[in-house]
Amino acid sequence: MSTPARQTRAAPVAFDVERVRADFPILARQINGRTLAYLDNAASAQRPRAVIEAEARYYEQMHANVHRGVHTLSQEATAAFEAVRERVRGFIDAASTREVIFTRGTTESINLVAQSYARPRLEPGDEILISWLEHHSNIVPWQLVCEQTGAQLKVAPIDERGEIRFDQFERLLSARTRLVALAHVSNSLGTIVPVEQFIAAAHARGVPVLLDGAQAVPHIPVDVRALDADFYAFSAHKMYGPTGVGVLYGRESLLEAMPPWQGGGDMILSVRFEKTTFNALPHKFEAGTPNIAGVVGFGAAIDYLQGLGLERVAACEHELLEYATARLAAIPGLRLIGTARRKSALVSFVLEGVHPHDLGTILDAEGIAIRTGHHCAMPVMEFYGVPATARASLAFYNTRAEIDRLAAGIQHAREVFG
Amino acid sequence: MDLKDLYRDVIIDHNRSPRNFGRLEPADAHAEGVNPLCGDRLDVYVALEGERLRDVRFEGKGCAISVAAASLMTEALKGRTRADAQRYFEEVHSLLTLPGFAPSFDLGKLAALSGVREFPARVKCASLCWHTLNAALAHQRQPVSTE
Repeated sequence: MSTPARQTRAAPVAFDVERVRADFPILARQINGRTLAYLDNAASAQRPRAVIEAEARYYEQMHANVHRGVHTLSQEATAAFEAVRERVRGFIDAASTREVIFTRGTTESINLVAQSYARPRLEPGDEILISWLEHHSNIVPWQLVCEQTGAQLKVAPIDERGEIRFDQFERLLSARTRLVALAHVSNSLGTIVPVEQFIAAAHARGVPVLLDGAQAVPHIPVDVRALDADFYAFSAHKMYGPTGVGVLYGRESLLEAMPPWQGGGDMILSVRFEKTTFNALPHKFEAGTPNIAGVVGFGAAIDYLQGLGLERVAACEHELLEYATARLAAIPGLRLIGTARRKSALVSFVLEGVHPHDLGTILDAEGIAIRTGHHCAMPVMEFYGVPATARASLAFYNTRAEIDRLAAGIQHAREVFG
Repeated sequence: MDLKDLYRDVIIDHNRSPRNFGRLEPADAHAEGVNPLCGDRLDVYVALEGERLRDVRFEGKGCAISVAAASLMTEALKGRTRADAQRYFEEVHSLLTLPGFAPSFDLGKLAALSGVREFPARVKCASLCWHTLNAALAHQRQPVSTE
């Protein structure tokens, strides 16, 4: 059913994990007397020194507002800011920097599309199609716009493995579907959605597709043109960059036709009380002073990731996933939640007799950071009939030794509640 | 921070075999409590006899701290007055949040909850049942929700 996985290439040269770890100052931290084992990367990844220093250097030497002054600093700040837009363009292979809009994060990117693309187009009875896998940030913006317009939200179901049922998805694509919005990678289960197949089906009916790429971009190579995505949303902080910075990629023809979302400085060409002329793309969607330092740090994060090589990152993380899956599956009473055929490096699970929050506290006492709860995906929890799961999400800087510590910690929790 | 201080034997015991667990029908007071961030959810039921809480029961799903705290609460309050319940609420609240707090009266097994204050992220787990009880008693004259 699923589209074939990206061709497996000759195994990329593994990198020296200790050297990579040394790039991340926080990984040396002691938590409750133990070296931090940070296994909560899907919530937010950590930053390499290069990102921290790029932000600091920007503030120390370059800061001024962008797109405004004729003075040197403003020009330098603008150049640095716009240079990152070009780096992002290259990173996701967008056709033009006009298609790269800086936002506060994935959530804001999706809300922008909901309010600026969907809202003016939706009529009562129109439909937006999402899936059961979605993060709340790819559910609630659509619920809001449905309430505003009388449109309906349709939800494609998933199967036991945590894969979207393509046959059901196709059935739900109707003459009234105006937009499809899907996770590229599920944040709660790790499912890598074979989005090419879903996009092709939607496009065959003339329906544009937004992808929530927050969990994909840090872990697998993403090419928005190869995917043929119409909108692609992601966040810097999940890809080793600063918080408060995100991107909305949009096909230029669609963005061109959309009205601005927020009004303010930077998004206008001229303002008169009778009539304001809006700025060109991408600035039309960037009202107000942006997170300039954050964007500069984001540029350093992209450089860092590209330096490692996304293919190598993906291969390394896949190996960690296989190790973690085997290690955890061997623990009695542990049930894996989400067993998709293609997964990113994330293991969601429940442990018989031990609530995830108690497990989280017990692991924290041993310096191990995991996420426990509903992962902002309550419908997914409902599907599996659990109120919450524990989730270990891995990054290339994690090690087998950390996974061993996780497994030992889970055993310890079983003893505490045994 | 010592795990043994959080997961004391009495907490483990009340989590494993919660007392007064289950629905109370009919109930004179009932409320549903939810910790939206973690998904813990419980219902507290009270049967009243004048000012007295003749029976207090609870039902729900949550972590060991939230289940044990609710179980301990029902045990402590059964047969006590509304005024007692208020005193216990305030005392337990202080116990959960104020460093070095010494209870002004003997809290019995509830004292086992003092370890929670070393784990700020877990205070809301232990206080959920108490807030739910307060809500139940405040709205007792309204029809009991049938959820």
